[in-house]
Amino acid sequence: MPVAAPKPSSWIRVEPAGIFVEPGGFHVDPGRAVGWAVVTHGHGDHARPGHDAVLATPETLAIMRARYRGDAGRRQQPLAYGETVRIGEVDVRLMPAGHVLGSAQVVMDYRGSRVVVSGDYKRRPDPTCRPFEPVPCDVFVTEATFGLPVFRHPPAAGEVAKVLESLTLFPERAHVIGAYALGKAQRMIAELRAAGYAEPIFLHGGLVNLCDLYQRHGVDLGPLVPATGAAKADLQGAVVLAPPSAIADRWSRRLPDPVVAMASGWMRVRQRARQRGVELPLIISDHADWDELLATMADVDAPEVWVTHGREEALVIAAASQGRRARALNLVGREEDDAE
Amino acid sequence: MQAFARLMERLVFTPSRNGKLRLIADYAAHTPDPDRGWALAALTDGLAFPTAKAGMIRGLAQERLGPELFALSYDFVGDLAETVSLMWPGDGAEGPAPALSEVVEQLQAAGRSEVPGLLARWLDGLDAGGRFALLKLITGGLRVGVSARLAKTALADWSGTPVAEIEEVWHGLRPPYADLFAWLEGRGPRPDIEAGAVFRPVMLAHPLEDDEIGSFDISAYAAEWKWDGIRVQLTARGSDRRIYSRTGDEVTQAFPEIAEAMAFDAVLDGELLVVRDGVVAPFNHLQQRLNRKRVTAKMLADHPAWVRLYDLLIDGGDDVRALPFDARRARLEAWFDRVRPANMDLSPLVAFSGWDGLADLRGGSREAAIEGLMLKRRDSAYVAGRPKGPWYKWKRGPLTLDTVLMYAQRGHGKRSSYYSDYTFGAWRHDLDGAALVPVGKAYFGFTDEELQQLDRWVRNHTTNRFGPVREVTPGLVLEVAFDSVHRSTRHKSGLAMRFPRIHRIRWDKPVAEADRVETLEAMIVE
Repeated sequence: MPVAAPKPSSWIRVEPAGIFVEPGGFHVDPGRAVGWAVVTHGHGDHARPGHDAVLATPETLAIMRARYRGDAGRRQQPLAYGETVRIGEVDVRLMPAGHVLGSAQVVMDYRGSRVVVSGDYKRRPDPTCRPFEPVPCDVFVTEATFGLPVFRHPPAAGEVAKVLESLTLFPERAHVIGAYALGKAQRMIAELRAAGYAEPIFLHGGLVNLCDLYQRHGVDLGPLVPATGAAKADLQGAVVLAPPSAIADRWSRRLPDPVVAMASGWMRVRQRARQRGVELPLIISDHADWDELLATMADVDAPEVWVTHGREEALVIAAASQGRRARALNLVGREEDDAE
Repeated sequence: MQAFARLMERLVFTPSRNGKLRLIADYAAHTPDPDRGWALAALTDGLAFPTAKAGMIRGLAQERLGPELFALSYDFVGDLAETVSLMWPGDGAEGPAPALSEVVEQLQAAGRSEVPGLLARWLDGLDAGGRFALLKLITGGLRVGVSARLAKTALADWSGTPVAEIEEVWHGLRPPYADLFAWLEGRGPRPDIEAGAVFRPVMLAHPLEDDEIGSFDISAYAAEWKWDGIRVQLTARGSDRRIYSRTGDEVTQAFPEIAEAMAFDAVLDGELLVVRDGVVAPFNHLQQRLNRKRVTAKMLADHPAWVRLYDLLIDGGDDVRALPFDARRARLEAWFDRVRPANMDLSPLVAFSGWDGLADLRGGSREAAIEGLMLKRRDSAYVAGRPKGPWYKWKRGPLTLDTVLMYAQRGHGKRSSYYSDYTFGAWRHDLDGAALVPVGKAYFGFTDEELQQLDRWVRNHTTNRFGPVREVTPGLVLEVAFDSVHRSTRHKSGLAMRFPRIHRIRWDKPVAEADRVETLEAMIVE
């Protein structure tokens, strides 16, 4: 008679530093420096500097080195998608999460019990990263950034078409698009290219390094030019990408009568867009929307769902109505990411 | 509905006036009757659906989406129409999208019990943008940053008809305005508005700028007091009697004693006031009478309304607007002698000699009910809008207060990268020491250069952020000018300024020397 698999809550727990996997002796996406960290992807609230040892995909490690230089982790262990490594008594595998370049779900098997920590993820096609692969499990740990039924992201192609339409309507104005430096900016560029936009795209200085990194990893972004120092005449009718903090701030004042656009899932809510002074809201997100969150819970068919960050409450209700046990983990340090 | 939805969507996010004009004109050009007329009515607040209520929409959403998820979503979004439009399932593939005219006509005809069914069917047939437009249309108050005036200006731009001519006929028209569009497109005659008590567009004055004082021949002008009430137009024809605000909104219901006194056939321009025993009460007494659907006998007794007449526009069958001011005034006086309406009197002309005499008059006008002087060119006709030259308003000097900057908020449009809306406070001393209490908010009065300096100061002295608002360390004194101050329950300080603006930035002044709340309280006119 087979031994009953251990309950997931008996071997994984939430500590102040984040999710701790006891039989492996490691944390997943810890919020502060720890001895052993498994990191799902390169965004700052998941990948912290200063760990003794880090396990992540080669792309994520490269992103961490680009951001943290010498502080990216003393020992860095790359693990390719689909390969398995044993840490302590736990088998660890990284599977694509479809969020940004190198983003992974952490699949952990311990004595017949399987927990998947999905990090951040989306189900939409993204030309800059591998698509999410559902892995059946006993506990699915999910984000809930857009965990409300008001969030339904339209197809990205339609949003990109808005930019192209606006460019023909206002050929004398620069179009500055606020986009998060890691992931969103490169995806925005790739989506523009996919829509046939071949002109040089101007970049705020804060985006240059990560765009270079993407291109070194084989993501073709076409011709990119620094916006700093560009002549005003060249910026007329041009697409300029900048971090969200810069679009309605002093930096954008150098641009010729800019149309202020912003690529974010939050743009779905008009009041949010207006508050930020956005004239052209683009609903493009690297997070799962409400329908994707619900579909993913069904795809992995986990009897139990743990919700990490975002609007946990509504997702917990929805999971329960799918017949799953669900609870919020209340992790420390995962603030609502306004830039998304 | 989809074209209307796209218009709404773009208006919401277009900050510039010219951009909005272009969008509305484009919509009028490409949308057939009667849809464009209903859209125009929606933009100018001319549609009401008494059988469709916000509560009904809420009920539908709770039923379809579950009360818990609806409540969580509504908490997050904060606007009923937007919440329901975003969370309603489907992308409009469920059924054919309804036409705007179909929605308006069916809603107007529907009984209360039929409305939820209609709404649900339409919501299923629309995408999120269409649902938003539908729900905003029903609940009223589109809040897309378009005034009725702007919508009419867009029609004027599009058709090449002067906006004053559109204003002239506007208040005699009813949605969906087929006759208006026919006229604007040259397919029909100018709509006939002579039949009823129709609002005529009002003539407005320019403020007299400092550098204009003494710059023209003042003997060509008549002077009157500028009374601190509400500019109104009294329009009576037969039993049809209406009181309009200067924007053409009807306020008849709130002032039955005035309507009762309008037993004449004329159109008059005047100032609505509260007058007791011949003495004009301060503005906020009049405010008690505004926006009331039912007026109690006590209200009528305690806050009696009065109209002080300025001008005569139409006398029986005679449109006298083209006559010079002097001639209209003579007719007004003769008319008043003849008719003697209750609860009204004439605003007297004020005799003066030259600019100096005028300045003395203005300086001496400290009576609470007088805002300053009106100067009207004796040979000028009564024309719609705010033409430069014939009429000036010369307000008396403002009150000022030294305040401390407390919060700054980002502006809109061209100012969206600047902290340009300032909340300022005055000191209140109590047993715990001195604390700043917010006393007002201002977003104009400074130059572009000063805006840049203020913006920089705010960024360098931020202590806290709340969305688009920054809290700053108390370190900058703003000298604020305002016309008057009144008691108000809406503000923490219990005070409300009228027309506050930044008068001077006192970079030099220590914040401890800014004024106290008591100083402001002493300026209240009771």
